[in-house]
Amino acid sequence: MIEVVDQLWVNLKRMIVDHTPDQFRPLTSILLSIVPIVAVFPGLFALTTLLERKGLGRIQNRYGPNRVGWFGILQPLADGIKMLTKEDIVPRAADSVVHFLAPLVLLVAVLLSFSVLPYGRNMVPIDLDAGLLFFFAVGASTELAVFMAGWSSRNKYSLLGAMRAIAQMISYEVPLVLSAIPVVMLTGTLSVATIVSAQAQFSHGFANWNFFTPWGFAGGILFLIAATAESNRTPFDIPEAESEIIAGYLTEYSGFKYALFFLGEYLGLFALSALGVTLFLGGWSAPFQFLDWFPSWGWFFLKLLGLIFLFIWLRGTLPRLRADQLLRFSWKFMLPLCLINLVTAAVWHYSAQWALSAPFWIRLSIRLLVCLSIIIIPYLLLGTKLNPHVNKRTYRYAA
Amino acid sequence: MAGVTIGSAIAAMSLRNIVHCALLLTITFSGLAVLYLQLNAQFVAFAQILVYVGAVAILIVFAILLTRGSERTPDASQKKRGLGWGLLVALGTFGVICKAILSSRLLSPNAETAPSAPVKLIGRQLMENYVLPLEIVALLLTAALVGAAVIALQERRRPE
Repeated sequence: MIEVVDQLWVNLKRMIVDHTPDQFRPLTSILLSIVPIVAVFPGLFALTTLLERKGLGRIQNRYGPNRVGWFGILQPLADGIKMLTKEDIVPRAADSVVHFLAPLVLLVAVLLSFSVLPYGRNMVPIDLDAGLLFFFAVGASTELAVFMAGWSSRNKYSLLGAMRAIAQMISYEVPLVLSAIPVVMLTGTLSVATIVSAQAQFSHGFANWNFFTPWGFAGGILFLIAATAESNRTPFDIPEAESEIIAGYLTEYSGFKYALFFLGEYLGLFALSALGVTLFLGGWSAPFQFLDWFPSWGWFFLKLLGLIFLFIWLRGTLPRLRADQLLRFSWKFMLPLCLINLVTAAVWHYSAQWALSAPFWIRLSIRLLVCLSIIIIPYLLLGTKLNPHVNKRTYRYAA
Repeated sequence: MAGVTIGSAIAAMSLRNIVHCALLLTITFSGLAVLYLQLNAQFVAFAQILVYVGAVAILIVFAILLTRGSERTPDASQKKRGLGWGLLVALGTFGVICKAILSSRLLSPNAETAPSAPVKLIGRQLMENYVLPLEIVALLLTAALVGAAVIALQERRRPE
C-alpha cells in the first residue's frame, strides 16, 4: 500500500507510456514529464499569492482578501482574469521585440531549472550528471531577462532599476553557489538525485540530512539568505520596491506581461526553495524513520510549503535593505562565511576518522564543538569587530 | 543549431544597435552550448552557459552602457582598412584551426567513438594532472580581481 502511493505518479506515467504506440513513446514520456511541472508550479503560484496576502494580512492585523469565494479562495482566479483583461501598454519609444521577449526569457529560464529537481523517490524529470551545474547555469541567465526588460523600456529609471537588480543578483549568486559547494564536496557528485539519496538514510532512526551537520546548518542558512536575495524578496527587494522606486525594471510593463514577470519571479523562488530542500533538508526523505510511510513526494511538497511560509513570514517581518547595505552584506559578510564554511565541511568530514580512544558520544560532541566554533566565531567577529562602523545605528526621529 | 549560431553571430556583427548585437551574441553563446550538448559534453555546455550567458554577456552589456559617451560611427576609410586587417586575422585563425583539426588524432579512422567525460573524471584530471595550470589561472584571476578593486578604489578617492 505504502509502495503504491509512494510510486503512484511513476507507475502512472509508466502505464500511460506502455499503452501508447511505439513511435510516440519518447514523445509521450517527455510530455508526461513536462506537463506536471507546467501545471503544478503555476498552480502553486496561484495558491501562494493567496497565502501570501492572507499571511501578510494576519501579520499586519487585518483580514486580507476575503470577498471572492469562501475565505477569498477564488482571489487568484479573479486576479488572473484582471491581469488578462488589462490593457497591454508598450511605450512608443520602447524596443518592442526585446520588450516582448524579456518576460518570456525569464519564464523559460526559470521553468528549465525545474527539470532537474527530484520531486520524490524515482521522480526526477532528467537525472543529469551535472544537474546542479545546469540549475545554476539556467538560473544565471535570468539576469539577462532583467536587463532586457530594463533596457528595452527606454526609461532611465527602468534601466537604473535593472542595473541595480543585476548588481544584486550577481553579488548574491556567488554566496548561493559557494554555500552549495560543501554539499557537492562531501557527496562527491553534481547529480541532484544522488545528493538526495545520500541524505535519505537513517542513523539511530534519525534522518541523515545535511542540515543537521554544522556545515550544513551554516550552509543552509547562508543558502536561504542568498536565495531570498536572488529571487528579489523582502528584505532584499530593492530592485522592485513598489513603494519607493515604482517597481524598478518593471515600470513600463503592464497587463499580462507584468503577470508573467511575477509568475517568473515566484517560480524562481519555488525552484530555489526546492533546491534548498534538496541540498540541505533531505529532498523527499522523511525526518524520522517511523515517518517513512508518508509518500516521498508528499514530504517534498510539505518541505517546500514550509520554506514558502518562512519566506512569507520574513516578508511580513523585516524592513527593506538599502542597496549599498545589501551589496556590502553580500561581499563582506556572506562571502567570507561561505569560504569558512568550506573549511568547516572539510574538518567535519575528516574528523570522523580520528583515532581518538573515547566513546562515540564524546567524540561526536568534540567534533560538534570544534566545527561549530569554526563557523560561529568568525560569524560573531564579522558581525561586530570587523565592520564596526556598520553597526552604529542612530535614531534621529524616533524617541 | 550551427545555422542559428552562425546566423546570430553574423547578425551580431552587422546590426547597428550595439545592445542588439550584445543580445544576439548571447544567442551565439547558447547555440555553442547546445552544440556541446549534442557532442555529449554536458559539463562544458553548462559551464559555457554559466560563464558566457550568465557572466560575460552581462559584463559586455554593462561595459556598453557605462561607456556610451564614446559612441561614434567609424568613417568609411577607417572601415576599409579595418576590413583588410580583419580578413587577414580571420584567415590566419581559420588556417590555424584547420591545421589543428586535420592533425588531431580524432580524425583518424580507428579513433574510439564519442568519448564520454563524466564530471567526476574532469574533476580528477583538473586536480591531479592539470593542477599547476589550474593554480596559475587561479593566481591570475585573483591578481586581476585585486587590480580591479585597486583601480575602483582610486577613482572613488579622487573627487574628494
